[in-house]
Amino acid sequence: MAKKILFIEDEQTLQKTLGDILRKEGYEVINALNGEIGLRLAKTEKPDLILLDLILPVVDGFEVLRHIKNNPKIKEIPIVVLTNLDKMEDVERALQAGATTYLIKTDYGLAEVIEKIKKIIGD
Amino acid sequence: MRKRSGSQLNVVAGCRKYGLSLWQCPQFLFLLMGVFTVAVSIASYLIGTSFISEPEVVALIDIAVTLILFIISYVITRNFERLAEISRLKTEFINIVSHQLRSPLTNLKWTVDFLELKEWDKESEKKEEYFSVVKENINRMMELIDDLLVVSRLEQETIPLIKKEVALDKMIEEMISQFKSFAEASNIKIEFHRQENLPKIFIDVSQMKLIIENLIDNAIRYTRGGGKVEIKLEKNGDNSIYFEIKDSGVGIPKEDQKYIFQKFFRAENAMKDQTRGTGLGLYMVKSIVEKSGGKIGFHSEEGKGTTFFFTLPIK
Repeated sequence: MAKKILFIEDEQTLQKTLGDILRKEGYEVINALNGEIGLRLAKTEKPDLILLDLILPVVDGFEVLRHIKNNPKIKEIPIVVLTNLDKMEDVERALQAGATTYLIKTDYGLAEVIEKIKKIIGD
Repeated sequence: MRKRSGSQLNVVAGCRKYGLSLWQCPQFLFLLMGVFTVAVSIASYLIGTSFISEPEVVALIDIAVTLILFIISYVITRNFERLAEISRLKTEFINIVSHQLRSPLTNLKWTVDFLELKEWDKESEKKEEYFSVVKENINRMMELIDDLLVVSRLEQETIPLIKKEVALDKMIEEMISQFKSFAEASNIKIEFHRQENLPKIFIDVSQMKLIIENLIDNAIRYTRGGGKVEIKLEKNGDNSIYFEIKDSGVGIPKEDQKYIFQKFFRAENAMKDQTRGTGLGLYMVKSIVEKSGGKIGFHSEEGKGTTFFFTLPIK
């Protein structure tokens, strides 16, 4: 069965590029354009991995992270933070809140992001 | 003696380097306070010895001196506050600009990555889609840079003003039609109420457009789930034009209202609604209105909507 990835990101372009590639790689990708929808889908869809932006409308990424890690039913889902916030304090805050990895978008190409995802959940 | 005047000159040069006047420059003020303290100590000693029989006079002089020292320290602290404020603005500037530039940059980078992977060879309909993404993101970056340049030129007053007679009502009509598709997509109706036979005003066209554009854009952007935007244009009794734009949007929280015209400021609820935005729009609008001899204001209630209004002199 295809592994399921929940992609919480408000930039539709990124939803498209990364989403399209991940689908081609054989993953099932669910898109959420804001934190509130993302959180709801995390509970109902129980994805194998969550890609999470931090600056999000309605509920921001840090809040999403906190809610997920406080919910025993979904707290084991690995979360890859994918953001353009590059301050050390943000990185530390996200990792302390339970993020598996922290990737700064502009530092990574598409291929490298996919590499990282594969390493965490496999093909 | 030479050395001392040398160091004083350095202080002056140092203050100039930061573009501060001497009365705003903490370094200079400290020096002044030091010199003043020494001079006053000597003076009070001399006065004290001659007025030894009248301690009231000495006490009075003492109080006066303390007061002066207090005033100088107060000015220094205030200037430090101002410097701290400038430093805060600089940090905000870097944060906002880096984020607002990085987002479209990532979009571009990943799109190019995608195209490079030749995935689109098989799906040629996607090619068009991806090229429009590239264009849109380049535009986003250009808009930000344009805004920054406008702000910087407004501040340095280097924008050449080309003032012309403008029929504001016609201009507003044009702008409304430009926003038509954006408004329709957001399920918002724009109404324009204007007084008949309004006189023309004498103003720079591109700056005027910038004001109207920003205010209409905000009104639509921050009205969630549809509603109405009402624009009013009329002549005031005091030979000025009155413009008003009223939305039924998210409103500005009370605690954020005092900062709304500040550079790089974005209200918390606005951030939640729209993660894009530079916090430069209203700052530009206010600067332009005021430079054109007008006044701007607003009233707003969170959850109910916001009304921005400004006046501009007719001649």
